Amino acid sequence: MQTHPEKFQENVAKALANPQLKIAIRRTTDRAESKRAEAISNFPKFDHARTQGKRIKDHVIENLGYYLTEFERNATANGAVVHWASDAEQARSIVIDICSRQKGRRVTRAKSMLGEEIGLADALDDAEFDRVETDLAEHIIQLAGDPPSHIVWPSMHLTREDVVRLFRKHHRNPTDSEEITELVDSARRELRSKFLTADIGITGANFLLADSGSVCTVTNEGNAELTTTPPVVHIVTAGIEKLVPSMAHAMPLLRLLVRSATGGEITQYTTFHAGPKRQNDLDGPAEFHIVLVDNGRTRMLSQGMSEMLRCIRCGACLNHCVVYKHIGGHAYGGVYPGPMGSVLTPNLDGLERARKLAHACTLNGRCQEVCPVQIPLPKLLRALRASSWEKKYEPPVNRLAVAGFVMLAKRPRLFQLFASVGVLGMRMFGRSGWISSMPLSRGWTANRDLPAPEKSTFLGQYKKFRDGRRPYQN
Amino acid sequence: MVPNSEIREARRVGLFVTCLVNTMRPRVGFAALRLLEQSGCDVDVPQMQSCCGQPAFNSGDDEGTRQIACRIIEKFEEFDYVVVPSGSCGGMIKTHFVGLFEDQSEWFDRAQKLAAKTYELLSFLVDVCAWKPEGVRLDAAYTYHDSCSGLREMGVYEQPRKLLAAVEGLTFNPMVHSSECCGFGGTFCVKYSDISNAIVGEKADDVLATKARLLLGGDMGCLMNIAGKLNRDNHTRVTVMHTAEVLAGMAGDVRKSQDD
Repeated sequence: MQTHPEKFQENVAKALANPQLKIAIRRTTDRAESKRAEAISNFPKFDHARTQGKRIKDHVIENLGYYLTEFERNATANGAVVHWASDAEQARSIVIDICSRQKGRRVTRAKSMLGEEIGLADALDDAEFDRVETDLAEHIIQLAGDPPSHIVWPSMHLTREDVVRLFRKHHRNPTDSEEITELVDSARRELRSKFLTADIGITGANFLLADSGSVCTVTNEGNAELTTTPPVVHIVTAGIEKLVPSMAHAMPLLRLLVRSATGGEITQYTTFHAGPKRQNDLDGPAEFHIVLVDNGRTRMLSQGMSEMLRCIRCGACLNHCVVYKHIGGHAYGGVYPGPMGSVLTPNLDGLERARKLAHACTLNGRCQEVCPVQIPLPKLLRALRASSWEKKYEPPVNRLAVAGFVMLAKRPRLFQLFASVGVLGMRMFGRSGWISSMPLSRGWTANRDLPAPEKSTFLGQYKKFRDGRRPYQN
Repeated sequence: MVPNSEIREARRVGLFVTCLVNTMRPRVGFAALRLLEQSGCDVDVPQMQSCCGQPAFNSGDDEGTRQIACRIIEKFEEFDYVVVPSGSCGGMIKTHFVGLFEDQSEWFDRAQKLAAKTYELLSFLVDVCAWKPEGVRLDAAYTYHDSCSGLREMGVYEQPRKLLAAVEGLTFNPMVHSSECCGFGGTFCVKYSDISNAIVGEKADDVLATKARLLLGGDMGCLMNIAGKLNRDNHTRVTVMHTAEVLAGMAGDVRKSQDD
């Protein structure tokens, strides 16, 4: 997909002007929040589990080379072909090459954010493959021609009414009903024949298990299984951070993932794909390819961003973010939205283009609090701000304002003088205790009033009070 | 009872006023002073103080922040405790200064020592002084906004509720989403004014839904943001105050101001 994080402010204006969007987002995030809260309250020592999850991921990240080699060896022994891609372009061309070698051109895909990250959908369309998105929400946004707006619920920006309209327009045998079960049936009728006639199935991976060389996918619709079983070829695209040492390590992470993502206790389908069809197997693909993608991940390791590689893509940070809830996923302009996206997009698309994302956060810490692997998202966003400052990407007017502030704050006497004069100045604009506008205050007073300050500063009053010249009167 | 003079020797507190209290609402500074003295502390307010440095830190200017942090460390390290009537400014000193000096061992140690004795005012009164208000009365129903830094960096949640429960005449109307950000976020609220406005609009709705006529909290930034939004939208029935003002008996007659 085309990313445009540099247009953040325009995107935000568009999002805030759309009242439908806010309703659509709230429906999903409110439910996600309460379901998660319930799920973790039923789970003994969830915080302990989070610490365990963090440690597993940290261990793998610290020993990435070791586990990648082990995974490659075991996957190859299973009969898989392992490919290495250092960036998105290379990953796309590996996949397109594999697809082009096949006789058929019908491709089914199970939802994968890595697939979005490397721009696979557009690459398949450009190479004129018949691409079918099989996740229900991905199917909806494919019909709408939209990019995903959430990493777990990609069509959350659309309402049921939108879906009814899309299905009536595009389905061969659409329903007249607006009931959800009828709509799901309509999608099932549409997709079932595509599943059974596909030539190539492409999935992502939730976990790569080093000791068995297998690939774990989780879905609630069974579409990953239908994507990988009937076709002759199964291609997995996965980021290298998806590795875990073994099944015993995948399990605690799976428990964290589902509770943090949907508030469920287990996903409907959890499948471990271990190589192509063997001699006596009844079904399965004849070819099994795994494309391991770096695309900036090792660079993040060397740039102090390794904690971000723990991310298991649950979406909890999006669901609990006050900013995301008001602007939605598209406004961020990157592949990944919300707090995790604001860290990843500057790393993927370049900090200069995406620096505004790092600032579009109140640093309230809720995302870190709910993160199943304890990623310090506010710290990472601050680090990106510091890096942007150091590289002089911040606009001169901001730099000047901050430099002026630092100059004063280092010199308390001057700072006090400035504060005293400022207070007197502000009082000139006060009307019955409130300021509704004054020079240089637009950022605040465009939307809010400012309480008019008292006659003089605390330190000014305190000095007189302490010297006994005037008792403080409240 | 222990004589006051003995406690004074035991607990020397430096009050870090914060820029918003200093300029926008000095009453909160005097309330803090009164509460700390009532709880038996010997309080000093160093005149040579300015800001905790958050505007620079959150803009990415680490070097500028370091310079500000050094001045604060020098000025406040002589005290037994540093008390701040704000969770976010307190959190800056307590949780973020140390990280600025990772490769400067002397300042790192000094920042760490200062962090260990820095407290947000309301949690200090409860957790360190074991103080509670006596003979304070205010007839009003209040609701509470838990400011994010206080809550998540400084562990402030139960303490203000406990203190306010000891104020006669006060009743508590809890608010939904009380620990969700109000959209202030320091420089965020002016940089992304429209997003901030959308967030604080919802917060204002949550406040109004409680029917309480008094909104309390522990951070001037958030309180000014919510108060400013309520006033802009003509919801003048709700009075917004720092918790310290109520505890120090400086709230005046809330009902009177509501009838304006």
